[in-house]
Amino acid sequence: MFSGFMMNAWTTASIVAVVGGVVGFFVVLRGSAFSAHAIPNGAFAGAAGANLIGVNPLVGLAVFSLLAALGIGSLGRRGRHDVVTALALVMMLALGALFLSRSSEYEPEIFSLLFGEILGVSSTEILPVAALGVGCIGAVLLLYRRLMFSSVLPEVAEARGIRAHVTEMCFLVVIAMATAMTVPVVGALLIFSLMIGPPAAARSFTDRSHVAILLSVALALVTVWVAIAGSYLTNWPVGFFVGSLSACCYGVGRGWAVWRSARAVRRSVASALG
Amino acid sequence: MQVALLLGGLVAGISSVVGVFTVLRGQSFGGHALTDVSTAGGSGALLIGMAPVAGFVVGGVVGAGVMEAIGVQRPRGRDLATGIVLGAATGLAALFLYLDSTTSATTGASQQILFGSIFVVASSTVPYVIVFGVVTLALICLVYRPLLLSSLSNDIARARGVPVRVVGALYMLALALSVGLSSLVTGTILSTALLIGPPAAALRVTRRMNRAIAVAVLVGVGATWLGVLLAYDSYYWGASQNGWPVSFFIVAVVFVAYLASGLPARWAGRKAERATPAQAENAAR
Repeated sequence: MFSGFMMNAWTTASIVAVVGGVVGFFVVLRGSAFSAHAIPNGAFAGAAGANLIGVNPLVGLAVFSLLAALGIGSLGRRGRHDVVTALALVMMLALGALFLSRSSEYEPEIFSLLFGEILGVSSTEILPVAALGVGCIGAVLLLYRRLMFSSVLPEVAEARGIRAHVTEMCFLVVIAMATAMTVPVVGALLIFSLMIGPPAAARSFTDRSHVAILLSVALALVTVWVAIAGSYLTNWPVGFFVGSLSACCYGVGRGWAVWRSARAVRRSVASALG
Repeated sequence: MQVALLLGGLVAGISSVVGVFTVLRGQSFGGHALTDVSTAGGSGALLIGMAPVAGFVVGGVVGAGVMEAIGVQRPRGRDLATGIVLGAATGLAALFLYLDSTTSATTGASQQILFGSIFVVASSTVPYVIVFGVVTLALICLVYRPLLLSSLSNDIARARGVPVRVVGALYMLALALSVGLSSLVTGTILSTALLIGPPAAALRVTRRMNRAIAVAVLVGVGATWLGVLLAYDSYYWGASQNGWPVSFFIVAVVFVAYLASGLPARWAGRKAERATPAQAENAAR
């Protein structure tokens, strides 16, 4: 499981998890779950299109993710945000379907793009993926204060000159970059699970944002490692494991939150009574 | 070809009607998530040898039930829960599709489930589609007024004694059925387009509900027919005898329709600007 070509998978997956965990924290904070789901579908179209014209799929991924992010950001200001996101999402998928139909390979290609493939990243691609990852984290660090402010106290942020739609646009672009680097291994349809489940669980366990981010990354790493191992052993798609494990993370987080609030109620009742 | 047009039109019409309420209730994400749960259902059905349409519908109903059950009050929490369900269901679908490809001889299972198989629908499924379609429409007719009220304003509906939870549950059932059916036509991933696009376009053009539903149905059915015709024609385009996917055309037409629906408002805005100087002149005289 740890031989030469698998090391690519482990390395890439770890980078994916770190970026997913960090970006995902803000996705959950800002309630951008739908956008985080829509943008990777743009990546799918991009990879298919790049495949068609013989360009490196990673380039197509990046370009189309970016287009999707910009499209959602700008159209979303004029129409209803959730409607626009839904339509952009399906339009991207339809384009992807078109591109794939034009190329000779169809079935296995769709599958690995949508659901992930352990060997999705070759050793030559690790460096660009790592670079994109560093870029994403760098962007998040740069935007950290703005993101926190506009997510938690939007009116105050507005008053202090942090324009909401600029921040939103920047954040969508960050999601696009994170997506572009993660799709090959985890798959377009499942990457956003990684950006939602672990971070949501992390937020259930702690209120402090720094701790939450670290916890989110830790949970994402565990999820991804188990997914890779599971996929290697059973040959089942990586995406299946990611989706299921993310749901488990979320479930555990929710369960903990419910238990904790129930305990608090019991304590307050007990102290009130005696 | 006629079967494709008939089925497509029927399914598109139903999606548009149900979709009006989906858009009004701001549940675009939920509607989309249901389509992904349908994917799991359809691919699961294929695995155990049932017709995908049965799996689509069952998957949709189960998914709707789960989402109702874990429904969280705050919208943000609801989005997260929806996303998690979507992710888990998609992961399951991935597994089923993979097992499909290894166990049975069905090639193109992914393509069929995800992107639609309108041209290869078995004629034995047509009765099912019609029956389920009628049931869905009947459901909507049954709860039309309360549903409309609770979609526009939940609080007012509750204040007026509308059994909001029951109405909501019936609506979710109709949604699940509609999603299951349209998955047959455009595939699960893209049935969102028929659910959301035509209603959204219609609601941008008119505020009157009856008109909105009519416009939505027109746009939905029109887009589907146009898409089917274009797909049929695309076999003759270019050198390769390989048609373009029908789902692409349908989605593209819907998308263009939505963008176009924003134009009347802009024209009205510009007309108002141009009218003002003339009105000022009249007033000055």
